[in-house]
Amino acid sequence: MLTLDRVTLTQGDFRLDADWTLQAGGLTVVIGPSGGGKSTLLAGIAGFLQPDEGQVRWDGKDLTPLPPGKRPVSMIFQDNNLFPHLTAAQNIGLALRPRLWMSTTEQRQVDDALARVGLTGMGDRKPGALSGGQQSRVALARLLLADRPLVLLDEPFAALGPALKDEMFELVRTLLVDSGKTVLMITHDPEDAKRIAEQTILVADNQASAPQATEALFADPPPTLSRYLGS
Amino acid sequence: MRTTLPICVAATFTATVAAAQTPTLNVLTYDSFTPEWGPGPAIEAAFEAVCDCDLVITGAGDGAALLSRVMLEGGRSDADIVLGLDTNLTAAARESGFFMPHGVDADLDLPVAWDDPDFLPFDWGYFAFVGNAGEPAPTSFRELAESDIQIVIQDPRSSTPGLGLLMWVKAAYGDEAGAIWEGLADNIVTVTPGWSEAYGLFTEGEADAVLSYTTSPAYHLIAEDDDSKVAWPFEEGHYLQVEVAGILANTDQPELARQFMEFMVTDGFQSVIPTTNWMYPAAIPDGGLPDGFETLIAPETALLLSPEDAADARTPALDEWRNALSQ
Amino acid sequence: MAQRAVSISLRLTSGAAALLVVVLTLGTLATVGWRAVPRGGLSAADLSAIRFTVWQAVLSAVFSIALAIPTARALARRKFPGRGVLVTLLGAPFLLPVIVAVLGLLAVFGRGGILNTALGQFGIDPVSIYGLWGVVLAHVFFNLPLATRLILQGWVEIPSERFRLAATLNAPVFSLLEWPMLRRVVPGIFLVVFLICLTSFAVALTLGGGPRATTVELAIYQAVRFDFDLGRAALLSCVQFGLCAIAAFLAFRVTLTEGFGVGLDRVVPRWDGRVWLDVCVLVLVTLFLLLPLTMILLRGLPALLTLPSEVWPAAWRSVWVAGLATGLTILLALAMALRGGRVMQGIGVLPLAASPLVVGTGLFLMIYPFASPPRFALAVTIMVNAALALPFALRALSPAVATVESDYGRLADQLNLTCWSRLRLVILPRIRRPLGFAAGLAAALSMGDLGVIALFATEDQATLPLVMYRLMGSYRMEAAAAAGLLLVALSLGAFWICDRGGRMNADA
Repeated sequence: MLTLDRVTLTQGDFRLDADWTLQAGGLTVVIGPSGGGKSTLLAGIAGFLQPDEGQVRWDGKDLTPLPPGKRPVSMIFQDNNLFPHLTAAQNIGLALRPRLWMSTTEQRQVDDALARVGLTGMGDRKPGALSGGQQSRVALARLLLADRPLVLLDEPFAALGPALKDEMFELVRTLLVDSGKTVLMITHDPEDAKRIAEQTILVADNQASAPQATEALFADPPPTLSRYLGS
Repeated sequence: MRTTLPICVAATFTATVAAAQTPTLNVLTYDSFTPEWGPGPAIEAAFEAVCDCDLVITGAGDGAALLSRVMLEGGRSDADIVLGLDTNLTAAARESGFFMPHGVDADLDLPVAWDDPDFLPFDWGYFAFVGNAGEPAPTSFRELAESDIQIVIQDPRSSTPGLGLLMWVKAAYGDEAGAIWEGLADNIVTVTPGWSEAYGLFTEGEADAVLSYTTSPAYHLIAEDDDSKVAWPFEEGHYLQVEVAGILANTDQPELARQFMEFMVTDGFQSVIPTTNWMYPAAIPDGGLPDGFETLIAPETALLLSPEDAADARTPALDEWRNALSQ
Repeated sequence: MAQRAVSISLRLTSGAAALLVVVLTLGTLATVGWRAVPRGGLSAADLSAIRFTVWQAVLSAVFSIALAIPTARALARRKFPGRGVLVTLLGAPFLLPVIVAVLGLLAVFGRGGILNTALGQFGIDPVSIYGLWGVVLAHVFFNLPLATRLILQGWVEIPSERFRLAATLNAPVFSLLEWPMLRRVVPGIFLVVFLICLTSFAVALTLGGGPRATTVELAIYQAVRFDFDLGRAALLSCVQFGLCAIAAFLAFRVTLTEGFGVGLDRVVPRWDGRVWLDVCVLVLVTLFLLLPLTMILLRGLPALLTLPSEVWPAAWRSVWVAGLATGLTILLALAMALRGGRVMQGIGVLPLAASPLVVGTGLFLMIYPFASPPRFALAVTIMVNAALALPFALRALSPAVATVESDYGRLADQLNLTCWSRLRLVILPRIRRPLGFAAGLAAALSMGDLGVIALFATEDQATLPLVMYRLMGSYRMEAAAAAGLLLVALSLGAFWICDRGGRMNADA
């Protein structure tokens, strides 16, 4: 269970307030106008931004003193998700331990993750030799291996075509959500929200609203959401 | 208590052993003295043959750097003897109080009388302009100033030959020195930080002549079989560079040091000098000077300011020099 | 922006590095000044020396940078056979011992040099190199290649994707991509070149033509060696540091510190710019650099086989001292670059403003009460060489480290890569190019450095430059030229090995 307890995040002269609880499990989408603070919200949860006020808690434990690497959070950014000078396997292996070479067990685990995202045999390629979709899968494979309960995705599939995007959503659902992880995903396409997410968080007007059931939200959108949707 | 006895024994043992070892004499000198092609190795061999000691010769820059080092060490130097100062530096050296009388009474072959109790000469030379044979050679500073000949000289603020030239003009012309420098201003190609850069420029053809020593042509003649370099004799006379050695007052080997100073003016030392240091020996060895030295010019007049006069004259002469050349 | 937690060990290491540098520069100055409190102020001669020093340093830096920019641009844009060799050769003039380089330059531009001989064929009056412009020319010869290399590094760091984008948009590449990069990179390089020229001694005097070309460094030399006026030396050294501080302040005000976003290490050809202009620039610069170097080669070759035997152990000693100094330099520079920040940058620049003579004298005074200095000669040489090479290493490493942090810092944080693993897995692999360059620079600088060894009087611990100077001081000019050539070859070799190692598998 993720709790944002009267949290205020400031970045420059931009300010974002959030005060809600998100139940564990399931896929929650974060939508809102650009510049509205979606990435700021995720940065605050992941630990790249310290809240000016309030606390971020996971399962009752205060995350605030923990650096990003020590939180029970995995994250995929908009870009720079892979180290270009390491192979796909090495990138994935970083989830286990910060070393370049792996024991046989670890090797097996990495191969397993690669298989689960459909990239068997591509472990030795460097990101430069992989397509956009394949790079996203490698990042996903790393998430799998890291096995952290809370997963944050910052527009991870924005550059992919519709079919590819659907494939990736499918992977996210089967690999992450179905195994009980809590997934928070930013998207700029409201259709994605309607299609795949049980809950939606609207970030607009310096406010991250509480998670609501997607269907209900879109059926009766508040003024800010209407403006954003343009309907 | 239990450990002090073994320590005492060890200390006594070490002391006895030390006393039985050969004593070490440390000589501090300039850099070009110590390499295998310099005077150092031969002198070390010659002295160790007669002294039953270990002679250690260390190089420490040039003449000015030597004195600078002694001053820095504040009289607590490891060295016993400093060898390689010249008469422009001896006044300051004496004033420091770090040197003691050498006590050697020797028969020297210098062009001037020598009676300094603290410093003993080991070699000397005349400053002169060295040019290429067959080219016009002025016979005085005035003639040089009036001509178009291009010369390269050293900076008196960073080089002992440069300072020597300054003193030369001063000694020869006294109050008119400034005017002479103004006349020379258009002859000077450049001023280098040290002797080697200037000589390098000259051998590369950047200038017609360089300030060096009357003995420079001897190197080319004897070591390179090349007689194309000549020194220009000047009517005013030539300034002397006399290189000296002195004993440091805090030496722990005063007897040995005195023995070295005496050795310094004997054949064992002096015979090495002409073809390694390329200067005139302070006391001409029994074998005479090497062949080739007789071709060198022998100035009639030798100029030398006493160390005290040189020290006093330096700053005003420097100002004169700087003003004349900065026009 | 994320608050980067600076780990304790990084704090300690960088703090120790900074402390070492400060002790070697300001500490030695303080020791010298404390030994003899400065009496009186600066004389008129000193003031005119300061004026000349600053003026020639400014001119030299301006011309070096002005010529370096088109050269770097041409190199960044064009691929041609021999480009790698040229880039390596660009390190060369900077690494030459001063007197070797000056004689090489004179062989081309001097009274009896190639240029004047050629002019003479056409009946044109000979050109005299001596004077302010000779000094500037020599400084440009030394520093243009280094400046080009450092600026080139900035160019290479602009991700290829940006150029592709600009090309498809037909956008002005210069104002869009290159000017911001230059604004970020040039002030620091200007500062470095300015300071190198500021503390120049032999070049300024030899090519300056006379006492009008007196620099502050020469005044310090005179104060220490001839006047034994340590107080005045300390005062003048303070002035040098003061000038350094002013220049550093100005340079830092102009610098932007932004990353560029990340590219995927793919090299992309460029579609902008005129080929002929680039070719012209490259040909001229190559000639300017290669001719004197060739003359040095020709002068030194004949006597190479008849070098005295003392040269070889000295050469070996120079090599391993350089190796140790390089290791120390990289350690210091990495620690300080990783720590980042204005303070580290400022401290990193200090060694450039320090007078080697004051540093040596100060160290001597520091050691002397406790131990016999000659025993520490090589250790001191290694430390001082490391400190003197540090500003260049830092100049090469800082922007690269900053870029890596801004591009991959978040990802590394997320993966809990801290301290050693971050260094090993993320930072070092991505700064291989500038790291190799920095190591090469440090190695070559240390090899050719006469340093403080003269003051510490070690006759059986001589290094190669010292032996070369001893040869020069004993009439043996050909042997000295050969020793100089050997020194150049070793320096260049060391530089090439490190530099190539950094550039292998990294797109240059």
